[in-house]
Amino acid sequence: MQTMDRGVTMREEIAELYRQREKRVNDAIQLKKPDRVPVVALFSFFPARYAGFTLEEVMYEPEKLMEAQLKTLREFQPDMDQNPYGTRFLGPILETLDFKLLKWPGHGLGPDVPYQFVEGEYMKPEEYDHFLSDPSDFMIRRYWPRVCGSLAGFEKLGAIHNMITYYMGFPFGFAPFSLPEVVEALEAIKRAGQESLKIATWSRKYTERAKEEGFPMQVGAFTQAPFDTLGDFFRGTKGLMLDMYRRPDKVVKACEKLLPFMLEIALGGTKASGNPRVFIPLHKGLDGFMSLGQFKKFFWPTLRELMVALINEGCNPCPFWEGDCTSRLPIIKDIPAGKACYAFEATNMSKAKEILGDTVCIRGNVPLSLLIARTPEDVKAYCKKLIDVCGRGGGFIMDSATGLDDAKPENVRAMFEFTKEYGVY
Amino acid sequence: MDDKLVGLIADLKEQEVIARVKELIEGGADPVGILDDGRSAMVVVGKRFETGEYFIPDLVFSGEILKGLSEMVKPFLEKGDQSTKKGKVLIGTVAGDIHDIGKDIVTFMLDVSGYDVLDLGIDVPVAIFAEKAKEFQPQVVGLSGFLTLAFESMKKTVEALEQAGLRDKVKIMIGGGQVDEVVKEYVRADAYGRDAVAAVTLCRQWIGG
Repeated sequence: MQTMDRGVTMREEIAELYRQREKRVNDAIQLKKPDRVPVVALFSFFPARYAGFTLEEVMYEPEKLMEAQLKTLREFQPDMDQNPYGTRFLGPILETLDFKLLKWPGHGLGPDVPYQFVEGEYMKPEEYDHFLSDPSDFMIRRYWPRVCGSLAGFEKLGAIHNMITYYMGFPFGFAPFSLPEVVEALEAIKRAGQESLKIATWSRKYTERAKEEGFPMQVGAFTQAPFDTLGDFFRGTKGLMLDMYRRPDKVVKACEKLLPFMLEIALGGTKASGNPRVFIPLHKGLDGFMSLGQFKKFFWPTLRELMVALINEGCNPCPFWEGDCTSRLPIIKDIPAGKACYAFEATNMSKAKEILGDTVCIRGNVPLSLLIARTPEDVKAYCKKLIDVCGRGGGFIMDSATGLDDAKPENVRAMFEFTKEYGVY
Repeated sequence: MDDKLVGLIADLKEQEVIARVKELIEGGADPVGILDDGRSAMVVVGKRFETGEYFIPDLVFSGEILKGLSEMVKPFLEKGDQSTKKGKVLIGTVAGDIHDIGKDIVTFMLDVSGYDVLDLGIDVPVAIFAEKAKEFQPQVVGLSGFLTLAFESMKKTVEALEQAGLRDKVKIMIGGGQVDEVVKEYVRADAYGRDAVAAVTLCRQWIGG
């Protein structure tokens, strides 16, 4: 009887801890003053290293990923966590698809090297019109075969939109589906489906486990800026940079075409997870990567529209502004107040506070150079500055500048412990 | 020198550059002179980048324009490009890292600025850097890396150059992703550069030209 009571009390305590953490972060997002500065981290592959697993192990073995992530949570006690399954337990599904856009540990890279992007022009400049007129047809018959070796056979298919009825499409149009390479691709899709289901199951299980230990998730969905999606996956960085000069109208049209998809992906995620916070990593709009004029023309309009649409749906857009975005601050301020959370990597944080302070919660940005190459004292000194400047009045969340991968555990600990101590309001 | 051509390239007027080069070739202009104009234009592009008027896409686009120009001129050159080089730079993305966009822009800018650049590519093993440095005898070694694991690879590469007895013969510059002054000290490089034009400036300081 006594043990049961203790169990009940502990469960209540953990539930209370969970509520406090959720409130702490939500207060910061709503620009209110929480009890203290919330502290989180982009853990990335850090938990694997911390728990003594190779990166290959956590990409292929979901049990080890669970163990590594939970160990990190328990020992660092972040205010929120990131469910690692959708971005780490990728080995089996990518293997099945023979995915070309990444090299990963155990597949083109050593067992302890994080996965890395393989840039390419997976959509040729002359294919914009196909993409614009029927994106799904373009993706199934042109994009998938290029980015997934196992789906190469789909190149043999006829246009999906022509498969209409018994005298248009059906009698002859299905013939390509009998070709051996297409059958092979269909088999691969089936296997990918099974792997996909495994990721979803583990992901759900993880969120439940973390909740049982008192940790809410930072975000419940992922999406991207349309311009980034176009550049990262279809046209490549260089291809898209050149398109801004050679075919600017197509770039704008393609971003507009992608916008509803980016919204749909985000809302699908928030609905499934019940978590309104949407992570939006931003890659190609930073200072230096385009002029302010190009930012205003190509990057910002559809990103803003995406974020406003999310806010109207009751979500909190959480973009991660990679690199230095200091010159963009006055432009990206144009968003409904108290709804979004902007994480920064190398942006000038005091300027960010000054310009955005009354509009969005800001988050960041302990440099990885300090977390890897310096001491806990250096990390604390940096965190102190951040809390003094950005923490003023609330609306700030402490975070590493980018993925923790190679950070020294004692430095990460310093970031967490110092913030919890010094960051009390 | 054809001022009009230099201006068109520097202003990134691709179609007009093509038309002008065609005009010059048909008018019997010296093809080597046209290539020189391309280089002069890149000096202007580099300056505009430094003053914040131009950004990376402008560098990339100017590179494409220059590539188009070289291809047009090539059939008329007698023995390829014979311009003398200002110095040697060995460059590559360090072990474990396969990112190349930044490194490629640096290579391009150094090349058009008149340096003889040997690009070892991506994920370059520590030992290969030392071996190639011995063979090629560069004045400058450039180490690129986007990921944080590159810090360790850069450090080991610098150590390998030390062990090969080359450290005092070369200047080492690093750049990319998370690299900053703290990382420069950590890996014991001579300088950190924020962008491709900074790399050119460093080489100018160290080698001249």
